[in-house]
Amino acid sequence: MILTKIKRVTKSGLLNFWRDRWISLATILIVIITLFSIGGLIFARAILISTLDEIQDKVDISVYFKMDAGEEDILALKDYVNTLNEVKNVEYITRDKALEMFEDRHQNNDLIVQSLEEIGENPLGAILNVKAKETSQYEGIAKFLDDGVESGKFADIIDKINYHQNKLVIDRLSKILDSARKIGFGISIILVIVSIIITFNTIRMAIYTNKEEIGVMRLVGASNRFISGPFVIEGVACGLLSSLITMGILYPLTNWLGPLTQGFFGSVNISDYYSANFLQIFLILSVSGIILGSFSSLIAVRRYLKV
Amino acid sequence: MIYFDKVSKVYSPTSVALEDIDFEIKPKEFISIVGQSGAGKSTLLRLLMAEEKPSEGKVYFDSQDIHLISKNDLYKMRRRVGTVFQDFRLLPNKTAYENIAFAMEAAGKTEEEIAYDVPQVLDLVNLSDKQWHFPNELSGGEIQRIGIARAIVNKPDIVIADEPTGNLDPLNTWEIIQILKKINELGTTVILTTHNKGVIDSLGKRVITLEKGRIVRDDRHGRYII
Repeated sequence: MILTKIKRVTKSGLLNFWRDRWISLATILIVIITLFSIGGLIFARAILISTLDEIQDKVDISVYFKMDAGEEDILALKDYVNTLNEVKNVEYITRDKALEMFEDRHQNNDLIVQSLEEIGENPLGAILNVKAKETSQYEGIAKFLDDGVESGKFADIIDKINYHQNKLVIDRLSKILDSARKIGFGISIILVIVSIIITFNTIRMAIYTNKEEIGVMRLVGASNRFISGPFVIEGVACGLLSSLITMGILYPLTNWLGPLTQGFFGSVNISDYYSANFLQIFLILSVSGIILGSFSSLIAVRRYLKV
Repeated sequence: MIYFDKVSKVYSPTSVALEDIDFEIKPKEFISIVGQSGAGKSTLLRLLMAEEKPSEGKVYFDSQDIHLISKNDLYKMRRRVGTVFQDFRLLPNKTAYENIAFAMEAAGKTEEEIAYDVPQVLDLVNLSDKQWHFPNELSGGEIQRIGIARAIVNKPDIVIADEPTGNLDPLNTWEIIQILKKINELGTTVILTTHNKGVIDSLGKRVITLEKGRIVRDDRHGRYII
């Protein structure tokens, strides 16, 4: 019996979906707009996160050692810094490596190459590049190193710590990143809420046109579930179809936008991101579409079931 | 079977739709309710279908006070009543066959029962050849006959016909009344409201006359007298 009812409700819902195809089409268009804003949110998040990661990766604290600093002392300090919770990793650049990198960087500058040759020995000290897990943690790490220099613990090996030169930039960057994250999130949420409200209203209007019929169904003895079932099925069909269409439109769109965004943000290619996360994006969009369609229908129908 | 127990319906102090209505309808009766527009006929039927609640008094259907039935359970009572409306109220996006089948599906009938009963009632109202037409492809008389078919397909105890001929020409009116008489002869109680003097006089059945919300006459073999 329950199976028969489910079959009837599904059949009736799909039939109504087809017979009211203009209303269905209008609803689908609106749901597509909502799903687009949700899809946009997913891509924006991916771009933001990878851009942030990339920028954050460029921030570090460089500890320059004196030329006569012993390698053992440096390695001891490296191990010590590594034990700090805030530290993600510490890279040790030996004096030779530092010179090599310097020469590489300036190989086209004859003056510098000549000067180096004239000095005859390596004028550079070793370097420790310290990376923190979060940009906000650099302050603490720098303070730890400063304290070490002041207390004389590392004073005889450390030449200078460049954090203070970079501090302003790092501080500003942290703030910008933090605000970008918050503002982006806020705007996206507002956008999604607005689209959901618009979709809900569209579906409500579509069902409003059936107000009289809902009353007639009640009067010929149909139960509330039997009446609302087909509308919910219509909502599900609209949501599912909208998500399929949205996925279809996103494919050429991301293909076109992929190289552009990569060039502009220098981070993730959204076309690759779309292909790599196809199933996940499809699931998010179709579940959102189905929930949006079915719940809006259910809430809207309930208003007219009072006869 | 149906008992109106001192029922009044007051919308506002200046708008009294029904006052002190007290009468009984017995099984298999054919009863006509007549009166001018605004006399309270439609309100009386709405109370009987539990679309509205009385201000005073009670309406019983087989000793059950129908206004004590919860909204979610009303459909069970309504399945025992078939309704024919003046404005037809078919579902516009369903065919004639589907409109009738809908009432059976709603009542939880099996596919076999539907496949067997729907053609039979279509035959009874003489519309077998138009079963796949949508309401907007049928004439007023045909739509009303589908309305009657829908009302009787679940074999209800009562058929309520609320001015079923109000929008029809004399020939269609006569056909509709013949169908209602036939339904009554087959054992279903019929409650008919109408303005049509010719219809009432030709029926020769019980007539209740309403005037300004009150019953002014209740005749066994009545005529249309206002």
